[in-house]
Amino acid sequence: MRRALLAVLAVLVLALFSVSLLIGPAGLAPAEALLALIRGDALAETLVMREIRLPRALLAVLVGAALGLAGAAMQGYLRNPLAEPGLIGVSGSAALGAVIALQTGFAAAHMLALPFAALAGAVLAVLIILALAGPRGGSITLILAGIAVSALAGALTALVLNLSPNPFAAAEIVFWMMGSLQDRSMTHVWIAAPFIALGGAVLLLQGRKFDALTLGEDAAASMGVHLGRLRLALVLGVASMVGAATAVAGAIGFVGLVVPHILRPFVGARPSALLPASALGGAALVLMADIAVRVILPTRDLKLGVLTAIVGAPLFFHLIYKTRMQGQL
Amino acid sequence: MGWPAITRRLCAGAVVCLALSWGEATLAQPPERVVSINLCTDQLAMMLAAPGQLVSISRISHDPNMSVMLEEAKRYPTNLGQAEEVFRLEPDLVLAVSFSSPYTVGLLRRLGVEVAQLPLANSLDEIPQNIREIGRLLGREVQAEELAAQFKSDLARLRGAQPETRRAALHYANNYTSGVNSMAHEILTAAGFENVAAEAGLSGGGVLAMERLVMLMPDLIISGQPYPGTSRSEEVLHHPAMKALRENHASGALSDAEWVCGTPAVLRAIARLIALHDGS
Repeated sequence: MRRALLAVLAVLVLALFSVSLLIGPAGLAPAEALLALIRGDALAETLVMREIRLPRALLAVLVGAALGLAGAAMQGYLRNPLAEPGLIGVSGSAALGAVIALQTGFAAAHMLALPFAALAGAVLAVLIILALAGPRGGSITLILAGIAVSALAGALTALVLNLSPNPFAAAEIVFWMMGSLQDRSMTHVWIAAPFIALGGAVLLLQGRKFDALTLGEDAAASMGVHLGRLRLALVLGVASMVGAATAVAGAIGFVGLVVPHILRPFVGARPSALLPASALGGAALVLMADIAVRVILPTRDLKLGVLTAIVGAPLFFHLIYKTRMQGQL
Repeated sequence: MGWPAITRRLCAGAVVCLALSWGEATLAQPPERVVSINLCTDQLAMMLAAPGQLVSISRISHDPNMSVMLEEAKRYPTNLGQAEEVFRLEPDLVLAVSFSSPYTVGLLRRLGVEVAQLPLANSLDEIPQNIREIGRLLGREVQAEELAAQFKSDLARLRGAQPETRRAALHYANNYTSGVNSMAHEILTAAGFENVAAEAGLSGGGVLAMERLVMLMPDLIISGQPYPGTSRSEEVLHHPAMKALRENHASGALSDAEWVCGTPAVLRAIARLIALHDGS
């Protein structure tokens, strides 16, 4: 079951990746596009494929995988399906870190300043959330802490952008809050990929511990799970992935909520199986959203977060309702 | 002819205007306190106003990135174009443009201040009209007529020197560009370049996706001038695809303040573009 699910998801990601490469305003025929991508002999077509479409598709995979996996991991640790990086302010804080790095000029001076600043913002948010929500992650405190962190991070992001001497910066608040992959480049891929890979590896290695944690903290501790270390791995793993993803694509909400929720029934609520599936599922969802924004409004740079929220918010209502019915809220 | 020559001519024109001003008899009562709240009306007013007539210009005219008459502008106090501060300057005429904030303009008019809104010039041929309009408003018709005539003859000379036609692209932040019916398009055309945005069917200002811009393979890419600070909007200007295009196919140039307003400054932009033909 688990292998089959992963295989299906992998095929889906591959298919969507190919579609993403073949969609764009340049109007290249599919054969022509692939030839330009692989052989690279026609200058214009090759630039379009290798420098514009390829980084966009790669980033959709990376960012989606990061958000899906981070969501599943937070939910596994807090044993609460409402824990999602976007909703609880981790993405927003990462965006704040990124904006500060960009506007102070650090990002221009050091290649790694941008992802590290976003990572620092994300770490701070995860720590605040964990401190406020406590180890059990009660829904009310989790959501309230998330609202507070999101609001503060959003306000400070807007403040920093409004203080910028650049006339375009203030209009980019919407990018940082909703996310987009328009006109990203391979530079962004190289900035984000190492952090996402590292964070992903850290989180995937915790799968068995999350499994043990479903039996309760005492049971997990008796099975040899060191909770302090698990917590550290979670904080660093989530912050690294969400930080890097947000630094290059802005804050895209609901991916980490929708994807684990859809996939959970297929894996029998086992976090160790849900983690890799959510990474693939997240990649597929963001690829779909990024294809949709280009098909719906090809010239307008519709933000990804708009689509993920339209899909995710109703699900969020449903989850709140279900949680209340179970008497946990 | 290089642009310094044109500059000299323009400045000479301005000096003549100023020198003539004392002896001029005016027909209707010309305004005595004029406030300009727009970068472009600032320029025309500075070129045409009598000494002491123009009491304040917009703050943006003191921005070295945006102002084509920085030294001249430094002699005037500035305003932020808000109704309250403009009203306190007790102007008998406020110069604005058609797209100035309707709230500011409306409020000033309700307060009994006369506000003139200059139409946006979308073509080179509209520039003399705008010069004359400002001249009429300031009661400086003679000076305006002279400046307009100077502009027309300078423009005709530049157009006559037009070399072979190459294809150029305007690439601003957020992949914004200008198609037909825009001043930037007219500047390109006058300098002997074809505008690829026009090939793509764009009219006025608009977004041309970077993919399409690359596929159009322009010979010259004129990028928007960089502003201080950073923005995601401007990242497209040095996107690897654009860099590669500049390295392998097209030459590059910057657009600047001279492209912004429908004033005689556009002649300098045209002259610099024509010089690019010779340089490559």
